Amino acid sequence: MAERTQKPKSTTGREADTTAEATPAVTETGEKLKAELDDLLDEIDEVLETNAEDFVKSYVQKGGQ
Amino acid sequence: MALTKVCGIETEYGIVVRGGDNNPVSASSMLINAYIAATNRDRGRIGWDFEDEQPANDARGFSLDESLAPEVETMLVNAVLTNGARYYVDHAHPEISTPEVTTAREALVWDRAAEEIVRASMGHVVSLLPEGGEIIIHKNNSDGKGNSYGCHENYLLARETPFGRLAGQITPHFVTRQVFCGAGKVGCELPGRPHDHVPYQLSQRADFFEEEIGLETTLKRPIVNTRDEPHADAQKYRRLHVIVGDANMSETATYLKVATTAVVLAMIEDDELGDDWLLGNPVAAIRQVSHDPTLRQTIMLRDGSRATALEVQFGLLERARKYEQSHGLACVGEAVAVDILDRWEAVLTGLESDPASVASQVDWVAKQRLVDGYAARHDVQPGSARLKAIDLQYHDLRPERCLALRAGLDTLVSADEVASAMTEPPTTTRAYFRGRCLQKYPDDVVAANWDSLVFDIGRDPLRRVPMMEPLRGTADHVGTLIDDSETARDLLDRLGQ
Repeated sequence: MAERTQKPKSTTGREADTTAEATPAVTETGEKLKAELDDLLDEIDEVLETNAEDFVKSYVQKGGQ
Repeated sequence: MALTKVCGIETEYGIVVRGGDNNPVSASSMLINAYIAATNRDRGRIGWDFEDEQPANDARGFSLDESLAPEVETMLVNAVLTNGARYYVDHAHPEISTPEVTTAREALVWDRAAEEIVRASMGHVVSLLPEGGEIIIHKNNSDGKGNSYGCHENYLLARETPFGRLAGQITPHFVTRQVFCGAGKVGCELPGRPHDHVPYQLSQRADFFEEEIGLETTLKRPIVNTRDEPHADAQKYRRLHVIVGDANMSETATYLKVATTAVVLAMIEDDELGDDWLLGNPVAAIRQVSHDPTLRQTIMLRDGSRATALEVQFGLLERARKYEQSHGLACVGEAVAVDILDRWEAVLTGLESDPASVASQVDWVAKQRLVDGYAARHDVQPGSARLKAIDLQYHDLRPERCLALRAGLDTLVSADEVASAMTEPPTTTRAYFRGRCLQKYPDDVVAANWDSLVFDIGRDPLRRVPMMEPLRGTADHVGTLIDDSETARDLLDRLGQ
């Protein structure tokens, strides 16, 4: 029920504020992307090889085709 | 009309051993043997038959001296799987060649299955290693130190397609398709240049191409490889052996790489592409395109004018739309034809407006996002080994380490479909006959290769069943025959062998 009462409220808010519509939308997408990237980078910090520099140094392959 | 574009992908994987014998050749053998032992249980391994291998034949119409011929290593592990694929050691890498398929979507499914077979192999091999040891596999194409290994594609063409036209007209696509199928690379491996000559580039492989056309695959690599070994009726068919591509983690990239190449090849086969996009200097251009993540720089065309890689791609796409109107695209699969052109257009449009918008589809964009994000967060300077570690780990196939799995890439095929393709062959080519025979008569098949199966059914001499037509031996063609044949002897009797 809480959601239902919330929804019209935000719609009304948007309609009242038409002039500023474009900017918040862009910022919203930008912020969502940034939050996603932040989560991703948190995860990379966890899974990146602890001795990343040694791993890179020792990664030597024989040439193939 | 262009032939059905029977195709397949061969991938050489990077291999690292932790604990145990550090020799990549024996480690690759151990990896493959561990998989075969775990999946075949008490069955013997079915080997590869080298009878018809002729890698020294050149599509330009001559054959190299045997002494110069590319090596066929017949002593190393070499197995045929029930899904119709070949799993073997090539040079110092484990390699899987997918079974022959007829559409880019099928190529994607069996390429993903190959990836999962390698993942499963990493799990099975642990018990053969000393305590704490592991074998780590990367689906990439370079070690960042000047050593490269390939991801090749193969496409069936009519023998009468003139090789000169084919080589010239396919080159613009090979040089520019990396804008959507480059796997991304931190640093530069051009001989004589420092590693930081280019901080980030589109392709793993572009730095390693030194010739326009040639037979080599391991040094002085050519953009168009001339190996003339059709693995089919040589009077009727050519196989274009494509060595210029990157191995992709993105499903969209694998799909588009194969799909767009098949469409461009069909146009060349029907002589509908023309010479508009011929390049002035393909070797210089492939590096220029790879070294320019802004996608703004132009490359020189043969007539002296200049175009960006995206302009060339939009030009090829426009031709493909017209070709679809005039000829249809049955040759790349009616069911996926429209999807191919729409996705091709969508990715080019995305790249043109803002590459970041296709981060879920294009490997080099997805990887760049991680590299740049990490550098900004930790204030890491370009050239740092930590950025190169992100590059490597993007391709690490261990699920707990793989960064590509975490990068938000779109998936196009389901996990169930991929799991099934690890053991089941495609139904649309002769790979169906190969795979089904290996499933049903494993004790009677003594050897297999692309164009034949060899049976041993007791006292008689060995029986070789030739498969010179890639589109015969499909489920429609032999499904009932195999269902109804209880033994290999029944099958051979019914085949009139």
